[in-house]
Amino acid sequence: MREVCYEYDGTFAGFLTCVFYSYANREEAVCFQTPEETGYTLWPTRRIDTEEDKAQRVYRSIAPKMGGEAAELVWRAFLTCLPEREVHIYRFLRYGYERGTQAIRDLGDERVYILHRAVRHLGQEAHLLTGFVRFADFDGVLMGEIEPKNRVLPLLRRHFVSRYNTERFLLYDRTHRETLVYSGGQWAIVPVEGVTLPPPGEEELRYRRLWRKFYDTIAIEGRLNPKCRMTHMPKRYWGTMTEFQTDEGVQRAL
Amino acid sequence: MDVMDKLTILTDAAKYDAACTSSGLDRAARKGSLGSTMAAGCCHTFSADGRCVTLLKVLMTNACAYDCQYCVNRRSNDVRRTTFTPRELADLTIEFYRRNYIEGLFLSSAVLVSPDYTTERMIEALRLLREVYHFGGYIHAKAIPGADPLLTQRLGMLADRLSVNIELPSEQSLSLLAPDKKKGSILRPMAQIRDGITQSRTELAKTRHAPRFAPAGQSTQMIIGATPESDRHILMLTQGLYDKYRLKRVFYSAYMPVSDSKLLPAPVDFKPPLLREHRLYQADWLLRFYHFRAEEILEEDQPDFDPRVDPKCSWALRHMEQFPVEVSKADYETLLRVPGIGVTSARRILVARRAAPLSFDTLKKVGVVLKRAQYFITCQGKLLPGLRVREDHILGHLAALEKPLLMDAMPEQISLFEGEAGA
Repeated sequence: MREVCYEYDGTFAGFLTCVFYSYANREEAVCFQTPEETGYTLWPTRRIDTEEDKAQRVYRSIAPKMGGEAAELVWRAFLTCLPEREVHIYRFLRYGYERGTQAIRDLGDERVYILHRAVRHLGQEAHLLTGFVRFADFDGVLMGEIEPKNRVLPLLRRHFVSRYNTERFLLYDRTHRETLVYSGGQWAIVPVEGVTLPPPGEEELRYRRLWRKFYDTIAIEGRLNPKCRMTHMPKRYWGTMTEFQTDEGVQRAL
Repeated sequence: MDVMDKLTILTDAAKYDAACTSSGLDRAARKGSLGSTMAAGCCHTFSADGRCVTLLKVLMTNACAYDCQYCVNRRSNDVRRTTFTPRELADLTIEFYRRNYIEGLFLSSAVLVSPDYTTERMIEALRLLREVYHFGGYIHAKAIPGADPLLTQRLGMLADRLSVNIELPSEQSLSLLAPDKKKGSILRPMAQIRDGITQSRTELAKTRHAPRFAPAGQSTQMIIGATPESDRHILMLTQGLYDKYRLKRVFYSAYMPVSDSKLLPAPVDFKPPLLREHRLYQADWLLRFYHFRAEEILEEDQPDFDPRVDPKCSWALRHMEQFPVEVSKADYETLLRVPGIGVTSARRILVARRAAPLSFDTLKKVGVVLKRAQYFITCQGKLLPGLRVREDHILGHLAALEKPLLMDAMPEQISLFEGEAGA
């Protein structure tokens, strides 16, 4: 089979369109490129334009062939920060079409466990962030920022939209430059170039101080264990958390 | 006094309570009301002592009528006293919750005037939250022993979880250190809450809209290391509480030297028994998720934990006749008894071996950690390639794995197994 490199628009539908054409043209995809990360490759490059109907056909074929869990796994794997995730997902799909419903359970197979591991990492990060996200109130609108490794917004969406259904809020993902916005029963995840939060008001500052005070007081001096804290809450999350910032928004000495 | 001072005093007074979980209940937000709960719970931050912070854990008041020796809030202790108004507490909870600082409220209290009066104030705060602010987040409330059962009932209708602290592991210790509290007055509300939960479940099965009483269940906590009970005694008591009162959790809190009472360990040079607390939690896990019984974990002739290894390793070393276990054939229950294999690993093994033959390589890929398990398993009839160790040396190897933990707890004993570790 001919080996090719696909250039696509970086969307999930675009990726699935590539999968479609790899079967239609009897080619094997060995690398994927997006407009943002083009480079030289040794393989012939083919540009694939996203076709919604082709993408749908591929996605709908996954569940009957290899089970609903596999479709979920593929969708989630596309959100991960796994290097060359497209190639790994592509390999899994090829294996799945061949092996059937057993594929997803074959945890010893490289094509399978790599995806499982990456998706587990995504899930863990999303779970941690449901707790670590911090909002600030700006005239009744809640705004927050995160800096995750994986694209967690689609996973966080359901939780926050349900919990804060009475609020209006905005959650900005600095790493992937997209924002989850919610207002009056409607939500959307939209690409944004950057978000600058307005300066906090007096009321907002008061609650931040109260929270920091609570945070500092709740620890028992006789049990101090900074290493244990770091294990549960790695430092890379601290940058967006209220309890580690001063009023001016810079990292606080602890 | 302003809210900042009150928050400081009443947080400081609440911090010794070990329990801070928001688990046991999945409740989606109702449209038009703020808040939801997650069965798995959710940590919102970790304090400098490495403990999960999930709820706004404060006391309603620290002005206590009692004089329990082990407690910072005892009447005879010279500390600043204050009391939240129900409104202050409700506002704090809502504003913290909106900013995603917390998962809800954990409200406990010292006994102000009388158990009834205290419970009424707590009820008022929770009523404001639930009925005026329509708050749907998690609420854990302490039931105050000695309060009127009708008040406890009302409290349980507003809270998701109730707890009554058993305080100390035996009746003798309780009457010695907490003369105002009686075993009976602690167990009575516990039984009431248990029966309330059962009744509420039965009614819910009939009509979906029946009121829910403490839907996330009941828990308790006790202080360890302040009194002379053995680990076996504590674990048997725990098991009894799980069996008889159907508790969700029993929490242990290593005694912190907050008092210079003659009846307690002297505060000078006292080190809180953190390692012992850790081993108790490990054993507690074995009771709840691994189908162990307390009598198996600690036998009569060995009433205390071996500090060097975890309770499961310790059990396995005493029962080497049951090992090695063949991972490609063993059932779930047997896998759960292998040191180093937990609920997740055991499940993954079951899944993986259905799809393809198992090998040690597969085990590693699946995410089974072999550090401890390697001494107790075979795969396709073979031990881990390259593993050569005498049965009587396994303890040394396992203990070496725990070194970082032990270094802090008992530096002087490290030399005991240093020699064996390299083998």
